[in-house]
Amino acid sequence: MLQEKYKELIDSAQSSGVAQLQVQEIDNVLHIEGEAPSGAVKDQLWDIYNKIDPNFLTGDLVLNVNVATAVEGSKVKVVTDSSNLNIRKGPGTDQPIVGKAAHDEVITLVNKSNDQWWLVRTNDGEEGYSYAQYLQPVE
Amino acid sequence: MKLTKVFAIVPILAMSLLVSCGVKDADIQAKVTETLKAVPGVSAEVKDGVLTLSGNVPDDAAKTAAETAVKAEKGVKSVVNNITVTPATPAAAAPITISPDEVLTKAVVDATKDYPGVTAAVKDGVISLKGTLTVDKWKRLKMSLDALSPKKVDASGISIAK
Repeated sequence: MLQEKYKELIDSAQSSGVAQLQVQEIDNVLHIEGEAPSGAVKDQLWDIYNKIDPNFLTGDLVLNVNVATAVEGSKVKVVTDSSNLNIRKGPGTDQPIVGKAAHDEVITLVNKSNDQWWLVRTNDGEEGYSYAQYLQPVE
Repeated sequence: MKLTKVFAIVPILAMSLLVSCGVKDADIQAKVTETLKAVPGVSAEVKDGVLTLSGNVPDDAAKTAAETAVKAEKGVKSVVNNITVTPATPAAAAPITISPDEVLTKAVVDATKDYPGVTAAVKDGVISLKGTLTVDKWKRLKMSLDALSPKKVDASGISIAK
């Protein structure tokens, strides 16, 4: 029973205030979805995931937790490995690049109507879409 | 003969009573309708000073509150409370939705772009991966892929580089 295997993770999600928490097993894969109150809570959940399933390799869990503090108008930090982050005209890697944000730069989140591609604005006023995975809310 | 007279008098009496009260059904109706705006889902009908409440509310308290609110209204003789109570069911938790393949396929291209050496295929909601990468990069990629609402992320083809 996967809910048993990932019990510590589910318990932690509940006790740390993950909103709209959904836990459901579909075809031998456990799906956990929700909105974490902070980036720290999301990190903690992924740490527990790694403890239960080292290196996330079993493929029996989809952990889809986003962070509630990433609200429109707030600041987000560019968390690429070291490179600049592309800012594109539209949401997709097939879209032309209209600007770049530097690694560790703090920019403005304008709109996240697309889950994966957030509309951002740099301090120079460049506006476009960047991949959300490389943007971390500044808390 | 006497009985007929009595019957003839009753309506006259009733009418005079109503007149003496001085409040017409229409006036009561107007006031009560205004009062009941505070209790959504409830309506009232007045006939000869008798108020009938109908509608549906989520709890007994609201039912009682509606009656209390209108009972004191001038001209109301009695209240027939026909309000039904249906407790609100807690909003059913939205089930997990799996993204369709065409959405996943496009999103997986975006998600894997920065991971050279990793290939991905999408079929029936399952993202199958092949390649070698460091654990940090794999964690970040897995986060991206899980956020796409796939049915499963099959990592059996992934090797973690030391």
